[in-house]
Amino acid sequence: MDENTKDTRRKFLNNGWKLGLASIVGGAALTHLKEGFAFETKGPAGEKMELMDVDGNIIEVDPIDMEEVDLEQVTHNVRRGIPGRKFTMVVDLAKCQNALACQRSCNKHHFVTGDNAWLKVYKMQETEDTSPYWMPTLCMHCDQPACVTVCPVDATFKREDGLVLIDNDRCVGCRFCMAACPYSTRVFNWNEPKQEFEMNMDMVEEMHSPEHAGMPSIKGTVDKCDFCPHQAEKGELPHCVTACPNGVFYFGDKNEDVVTNGNETVRLSKLLEENAGYRLFEDLGTEPSVYYLPPKDRLPFEEGLENYNEFQSVEKPDVP
Amino acid sequence: MSKYDQLIKDLGPRKFSLKGKLWVALLLAVIVAGIIAYVDQLIEGQVVTNMRDYVLWGVYISNFVFFVATSFVAAVVVAALRLTKNEWRRPFVRMAQIVALACIIMAGITIIIDMARPDRMMNLFIHARLQSPITWDVIIIPTFIVVSLLLLYFPLLGDLAILRDHYSETNKKLSKIYGFFAMKWRWSEQQIKLQGKSIRLLVLMIIPLGLILESIDAYLFSTTYRVGWNSTNFGPYFISGAMVSGLGALITVVYIVRKNKQLQNYITEYHFDKIGKLFNLTCLIYVYFNINEYLVPLFTAKKGESEHLETLLRGEFAIPFWIVTLAGLVFPAILLMFQRFRKPRPLYLIAIVVVLGAWWKRYLIVTPTLLHPYLPIQGVPENWHHYFPSVHEWLITGATLAMALLIITLLIRYVPVISIDRLAEEEAERLTSEKKAAA
Ligand code: SF4
Ligand code: SF4
Ligand code: SF4
Repeated sequence: MDENTKDTRRKFLNNGWKLGLASIVGGAALTHLKEGFAFETKGPAGEKMELMDVDGNIIEVDPIDMEEVDLEQVTHNVRRGIPGRKFTMVVDLAKCQNALACQRSCNKHHFVTGDNAWLKVYKMQETEDTSPYWMPTLCMHCDQPACVTVCPVDATFKREDGLVLIDNDRCVGCRFCMAACPYSTRVFNWNEPKQEFEMNMDMVEEMHSPEHAGMPSIKGTVDKCDFCPHQAEKGELPHCVTACPNGVFYFGDKNEDVVTNGNETVRLSKLLEENAGYRLFEDLGTEPSVYYLPPKDRLPFEEGLENYNEFQSVEKPDVP
Repeated sequence: MSKYDQLIKDLGPRKFSLKGKLWVALLLAVIVAGIIAYVDQLIEGQVVTNMRDYVLWGVYISNFVFFVATSFVAAVVVAALRLTKNEWRRPFVRMAQIVALACIIMAGITIIIDMARPDRMMNLFIHARLQSPITWDVIIIPTFIVVSLLLLYFPLLGDLAILRDHYSETNKKLSKIYGFFAMKWRWSEQQIKLQGKSIRLLVLMIIPLGLILESIDAYLFSTTYRVGWNSTNFGPYFISGAMVSGLGALITVVYIVRKNKQLQNYITEYHFDKIGKLFNLTCLIYVYFNINEYLVPLFTAKKGESEHLETLLRGEFAIPFWIVTLAGLVFPAILLMFQRFRKPRPLYLIAIVVVLGAWWKRYLIVTPTLLHPYLPIQGVPENWHHYFPSVHEWLITGATLAMALLIITLLIRYVPVISIDRLAEEEAERLTSEKKAAA
C-alpha cells in the first residue's frame, strides 16, 4: 500500500517533469513559428524540427504539421502572456455588501484550503468619524510589482498581458515577495496543502501551470490570485466576477477599453471617469491593474456584518 | 627553537580541561537537538514554526541579521586597528578573525534554514536575478566567507610552522596536521613577501566587503514597502549596529579566553581600556542612529509609521524595546565613558549585555513591522496577530548559536590566539634595539 502510493507519486512527478519540458519546447517552437510565418502562408518545405513528445522521445516533425497540433494545446508562452491583451479589473465599492460569494468561489476553484484566502473583503473604517465600507482585495497585478523585483529566482514574474504569476515549481520559499507586497495578498503553503480534487491526479498534473494557481498548491511555495487566465483563455470571466450577486467586479481589457461584470459591459475609461475611480496606495508607485470606485451611495453596510468573520476567510469542511 | 617555548606553552594548543569538555558536550547536545528539530521542519514544512502569512519572517531572519552584523567585526578590527597601525591591536586581531568567520558561516546556514525549499537551492544560481537583494547576498556571503577564512589563514602560516616543528618529536600526528596546513612554510624571503602581499590585498578587500555585506543586509528590509523598514537610514544604521555587536562579541570572547588560558600578561588592562574606548565610540554612534530611527520620526510620522512607533515605544513591544535600548545600548554607552568600567571584568559584563541586546534588537527590527501591514489584518486565525517563536524555532536557533560557539571554541583550542610568530619577532626586534642603544 505504502509502496503503491510512493510509486504513483514518483510516476506523477516524472510525468510532470516531462510534460513541463515538452510544453517549454512546444512553446518555444511555437513562438518561432509565429514569427516565421507572419507573412507567408506556407513554410519552407523539407525543414524538419526536433521536438520531445510526452514520453520523452525525440521526434521529428514538419513545422507545418506542428502548428496545427500545437494550436490546440499551448497558444501562448506562459511567461510572456496572451499577446495583445492587458487585463484589468474594477471593483465597485458602492455595490459591495460583504456577500463573500466571490471569496467562496475563488477558494473553491483554486482549491484554497489554508487559513488565508486570496480574495479578502476588508471591513474598512479610516477614522471614527468616517463611515465604514467593505473592500474586496485581491492581487493588484501591479505594473511595477514589488514582489517581482525582489524574487531571487524569477519564480514570480510579470507578463506582457499585465498578469503577475507564480511558478510554483521554481519558488524557493524565501517569502521575500510576501514581505515586499504592500497589499498583503500573498499566501504561503506552510505545510502540505490538504487539497481534494474531484478529478484524478493525472488530470490535475496536466493542468498544472502558473495560469491556474492552486492546481495543485505546493508545500513551501507561495500562492496568490492569478487573475484567472485559465478562464480568459476559454473566453470566460474570473470566478469571483461571475460569483458576485451584486456585480461588484468588472473584468476586462485595458487595450480594448472595455470591462464587464457579467451583466453590463462598459467603457473602462468612462466608468473610471464618471465614478472617480482610483487605485489603492497610488503613492507607493506600484501601478496596480485593479481600480476601485469609491463607496458612494453604497448598499447598507450593516447587512454585511452578518457574514463578517474576523478570524476566518476559508471555510473549513465540517469535521464529522 | 627555544625562543618559542614559553610562547607556545602560553598560547599554543592546550587540551580541554574538564570544564572545556563539559562546555563542548553542552554545545553538541544543543546542536543535536536543533538538527532533530530541523529535520522535522524539513518533513512537516515551516508549519512547525510560528511564522504565518503576516509574520512571514521570524527569529531565523533576525538571527541571520545578528550573525551578519557580528561578522562585521573582522572589517572593524582591520579598519580601525590594522590600517591605523595601532600598537594595541595584536591580541585582538586573530580572535576577531575567528569570531567573524564563525558568524558569517552561520549566517549562510541560517538563511538556508529559513528557506522553505532548500532542495531547490540551486535555483538561486540557475535562475539568479540580479535585481533581488537575495541574489546579492548569495554572491557576497560566500565571498566574505572565503576572504575572512584567508585572512585568518595566511597570517597563521608562521604559527602553524612553529607548531609543526615544536611537535615534530613529541606528537607526530599533530605535527603532521600542522605541517599540512603550514604548506611547507620556511620563513623564506619569497614566502614572506608573498604572504605580506596577499594579506595586504585581503585587508584592502575586507573593509569594502564588510560595508557591502551590512548594506545588503539592510536593503533586504529597506527595498520593501514596509513601515519601519522602508528607510533610507537603514544602511548606515545597520553598519553602526554591526560595529557594536561585533565588538561586543569580540570583547566577550577575548575575556573568556584570557581567563581560561591565563593570558593576563599578553592581554593587559591597557588593551581592554583601548578596545573599551573604541567600543564606547561605536555605541555612541549607534545611539545617534537610533535617535534618527525612532525619535526624529515621532515629529513627522505618517499614520502607519506612528502606529508602528507607538507599539515599540508604548505598546506591545515596549518592554523589550526599552530594555534593549536602555540596558543594551544607552547605559553601556554612558558607563563606558568612565575608565573604571573599561577594566577587563566590567567591560566583559557590559559586552555580554550589549551582545544580548543586539540579538533582541534584530528581533525587534523584524517582527513588529510585519505586524503592521498597510491593510488591516483580517480573515486569519486569531493567533496570526501575534508572533513568538515556536519550540522548533528556538531549538534550531539555539543550535546555530551553539555551532558558532563551537567553531570559535575549536579554533581557539588548536590555533594560537595571538600570533606567536609576530610576538617572537617583536621580542627579537626589541632586544636588538636595546642592544643597539646599549652599544
Ligand atoms: S499586489 Fe502584491 S503580489 Fe500582487 S502584483 Fe502587486 S506587489 Fe505583487
Ligand atoms: S517565496 Fe518564491 S516567489 Fe516569493 S520571492 Fe521567494 S522564490 Fe520568489
Ligand atoms: S481573479 Fe480569480 S484568482 Fe483572483 S480573486 Fe478572482 S477568482 Fe480568485
